[in-house]
Order: sequence, then structure tokens, then C-alpha cells
Amino acid sequence: MRRVLGLFLALCFVSVPAGAETLVAAMSSHQIQITSNYTGSQLTVFGMVERDGRSVSRGDPNDIVVTVRGPKRMLLVREKENLGPVWINRTQRRFPESPVFLFVASNRPVSEMMSAEMAERGRVGLGNAERTAQAWFDDASTVRFRDSLVRIMVAKGLYDYRERGVTFLSNALFSAPVDIPATAPTGTYTVDVVLYAGGVQLARQQTNFEVIKTGSEQRLASAAYDLPVLYGLATVLMALLLGWGASVVFRRD
Amino acid sequence: MQIYLPIAELPISVLMVLGLSGAVGFISGLFGVGGGFLLTPFLIFLDIPPAVAVATVAAQVAGSSMTGVLTYFRRRALDLKLGGVLVTGGIIGTVLGVLFFNTMRRLGQLELVITLSYVTLFSVIGGLMLYDALRAMLRVRAGKPARLKRKGGTHPWWMGLPLRQRFRRSGLYCSVLPIATLATIIGFIGAVLGVGGGFILVPALIYFFRIPPAVVVGTSLFQILVTMTGATILHAVTNQSVDIILASLLLVGGVIGAQFGGRAARNLNVESFRLLLALLIVSVGLRFAIELLIPPSEPFSVVLPDGAR
Repeated sequence: MRRVLGLFLALCFVSVPAGAETLVAAMSSHQIQITSNYTGSQLTVFGMVERDGRSVSRGDPNDIVVTVRGPKRMLLVREKENLGPVWINRTQRRFPESPVFLFVASNRPVSEMMSAEMAERGRVGLGNAERTAQAWFDDASTVRFRDSLVRIMVAKGLYDYRERGVTFLSNALFSAPVDIPATAPTGTYTVDVVLYAGGVQLARQQTNFEVIKTGSEQRLASAAYDLPVLYGLATVLMALLLGWGASVVFRRD
Repeated sequence: MQIYLPIAELPISVLMVLGLSGAVGFISGLFGVGGGFLLTPFLIFLDIPPAVAVATVAAQVAGSSMTGVLTYFRRRALDLKLGGVLVTGGIIGTVLGVLFFNTMRRLGQLELVITLSYVTLFSVIGGLMLYDALRAMLRVRAGKPARLKRKGGTHPWWMGLPLRQRFRRSGLYCSVLPIATLATIIGFIGAVLGVGGGFILVPALIYFFRIPPAVVVGTSLFQILVTMTGATILHAVTNQSVDIILASLLLVGGVIGAQFGGRAARNLNVESFRLLLALLIVSVGLRFAIELLIPPSEPFSVVLPDGAR
């Protein structure tokens, strides 16, 4: 009887984990400004896991996964194939609505937190973050293109996974630095902070930040788009004046 | 020191760009070519989006040819009438070239078109120049005059086509049609590849129309100036891909380098000068050919959307 009661109580705690833990997360800054000397930037995600005093602590440690997604665009992946002796782009696959920047950080490798299948289902980790529901039915060729997309974006420095990028400062307090390379696009970035224990999602928190051009960078870029004729004429005028200036300065007589 | 390029959307080292454009400017001053054919591949290699590289180099070539045009104009080595015909053809070619460029970009074959054009253009022209330069060198070794004398009174058939005009400063009496066609082709190539086309126009005018070399260089620079000015504005309007910051950096390095190159050219003998230029053009062609022929270590590539604000 006692054993049954104990099992019942244990089940109660396992099946009603919601509300037992709450997650608070914040960014060190909500805006990155691109100025003429911009070479990339670093932000920090701070957060705290608050546990309800009445609930009993579980055996599984808390795990945090931070996922930062940049602006979404259509990405094109091409494969070079040989046509006779020359190598040219033959096949291409479109990946609409793909983030141009993707950063995942966790306090320990995702593979230690949960099974591979759980990670796929929960869209945890660099390769899974952008999995769509239909990805389960993808043929081998699509999988190859999708894997290549991630591999190349990692090589370009736009995708990154840090398996120990989240540091617990105490039992409850954690922080994760996020490096934004200079090549990361302008736009809005979303930051997802998710708390797991034993592979089960307990709480999640979303915040965001934006990358914008400011000052002369912003003025030049918007002039190029909004006043293209004037911008073109100004560029040419500047080029011709510099050319004329050089011929005057270096004139031998 | 790094500076962020507003259109290319990446930071770049100012000293590196100045050094690079200075070196290319030196070569361009040395050989009397625009140097765009060296600069564009370099910029693409530095991760600048190809569309931005091509459009920005057009602005740079316009500026650096301005210096040359003024110099030749002062020396009266510029045939404005011939230049006018070249410009008319060049403008038609540039418009067609920019349209073709944008179509290929949409179809995703721009990279292939650029690579293939570089390979064929540079191998053929560089090869011809190399052959010619080596032959001239051998003739000098053998104690004969470097050039075969041209026979008076004979004209190739294309000079006798309708619409013949007299070009006094070039000492030419020739149909307008073949000149305009040549200029159209060069304007087209220039707009697609971001090169001025001087390295094609100069030998073509000398070999096909027998115009004195001094006038050819000045007039070809004039034609390049006008077509590249047009190409810059067209690229700015249709693509928004001209980076004004990058263009000004390239110009500053380029015009200074060109002045030193021009001075160095005076200490170089004509035959080795031609051989060096031919070798330079052939090696650029070979570099692109290797890229096309060697199995890539990474067959996949990701195309990032450019011009995304």
C-alpha cells in the first residue's frame, strides 16, 4: 500500500511539472548599431531559473539551450557537378524562410541532454533548429543539401553551435555570450531560451534584438535604394573628380 | 583599420584595399589598361558579392580612365570623332550587357558566365598577344625588324563597308559599321565582367584598323571613360549594387598606383613590356580555367541574398 502511494505521489510530480519552474531571460542589449568602424559585436543572454519552493527537486539537472535566429530569407544551395571536363553548378535547392544567422548554445552537449529523436522533435541543436514538420519525409538528396547548407553556413561564420556556450553562474543564474559577426545581416533576431530537465522541456522564454545601420552607413544604403539615379550620378561624379584631381596633382609640368 | 562597406555589407581593411588597388593601379599605368580584369576577381576573392564587385569596379575604372583621358587630350592624342563612334556602339553594348547580367543573375548562372568568359577571353587574347610578342622577340634576336611592314594601298574588306568616314587624327578612312560593332561587343563584355575592355580594344584597333598606337590608347581610354560612366549609373539604378565607399578607396589607391606605373613604363623596353602583359593576361585566364577544371573540394555553395537591407 505504501509503495503504491509512493508511486502515485512520484507520478504526480512527474506529470505536472508545469509551473514548478519558471524561466526569466534578458539580453544585455536590444540593438546593435552598424557604424563605419563596425567589425561585429557581442551580446550576452542572461537568465535565471526560479523553482517553486513547494515542489521537490528532481534528480535530473537543469539544462539550458539558447537559440538565436537572424532574419529569414530564401537561401539557395547549389551543387557543382562535372559536365565533361568542367565543373559547374547544376542542381540547386531552395530553402525559403531560412535564417541567415543561426546560433545555438547549451550548457552541455545536446546529445547528453536528450536522445537524438527528442532533439529532432523538439528542434534542438544547429541541425534541427530549422526542421520543418515535413522533414521526416525528405529524400536523401534533400537531406544532403540541407546538411551542406548548415556546413557551409558554419564555415562562413554565420551558423555556430557552442556545446558549452551557456555557463551556470550559480544553481539558478546562467549567462551565454552570443557573437554577432560583421557579415550577419541587418534585421530582427529572435532569441529562444529553453529550460530542459531529463530531456523534457520545462519552460521557455523568448526575447529579441535588432541589427541596424546607423549614421552615414544607413544614409548611404538608403540613398542607394531610394534615390538610385542620384546615387549613381554622385558615385560617377566622385570618381571623375578623383581622376581629374590625380591628373592635376601628378602633372609633371 | 577596418571600414564597414554599406552596400557590400561587410567590413574590410582599408590598408589592404589601398594596397591592392595601388598594385593593380601600378599594373594599369604600366600597361595602359584599366585593370578592372584584375580588380574584380580580387574583390570577389575577398568575399565581396560578385554583383557589388562588378558594379563598383566600373566606377573605379571610370575614375582612373579620366586621368588618362586628360593626359592624352593635352597631348592631342585623342580622336574625338573615332571616340564618338566607339562611344555610340559602347553605350548600346553596355545596356545589353547590364540586361544580360541581370537575367543571368536571376537564373543563377552569373558565376558560370563570368568564369567562362574570363577563361575564353583571357586565354584567347592572352595567347594571341603572347604569340605575337614571342614572334617579335625572335625576329629581333635574328636581327630583323620587329614588325612586318604593312603594305600600302591594301585594305581589309571590312574597312570598305558602307558609311565610310574619314577620321583625320587617326589617319583612317573606314566604314563606321565594323568600328561600332567592335565597340558594342566591348561595351557588352565590359558591363558583364566589370572590365573596361581596353585590353581588347587597343590591340583590335591596332591590328584591324591600323590606327597609330599613341592615338589608340587615348581614344580607347575615352571610350572606356564614357561606357564605364554609363555602366556605373545603370548598375546603380537597376541593381543598387554600387558601393560608393569601396569605389572611393579603390580610386585613391588606383590613381596613385597608376602614376607610378606610368613612370615605370618609361624604363621598360617595348618587347619585354608586351611579353609581360601577355603573360599577365594568360595567367589570369589560367587561374579561372583551373577553378573550372579541378574537382572542387566543396561541391556545394550557398547563395546569400544580396542587397537585403
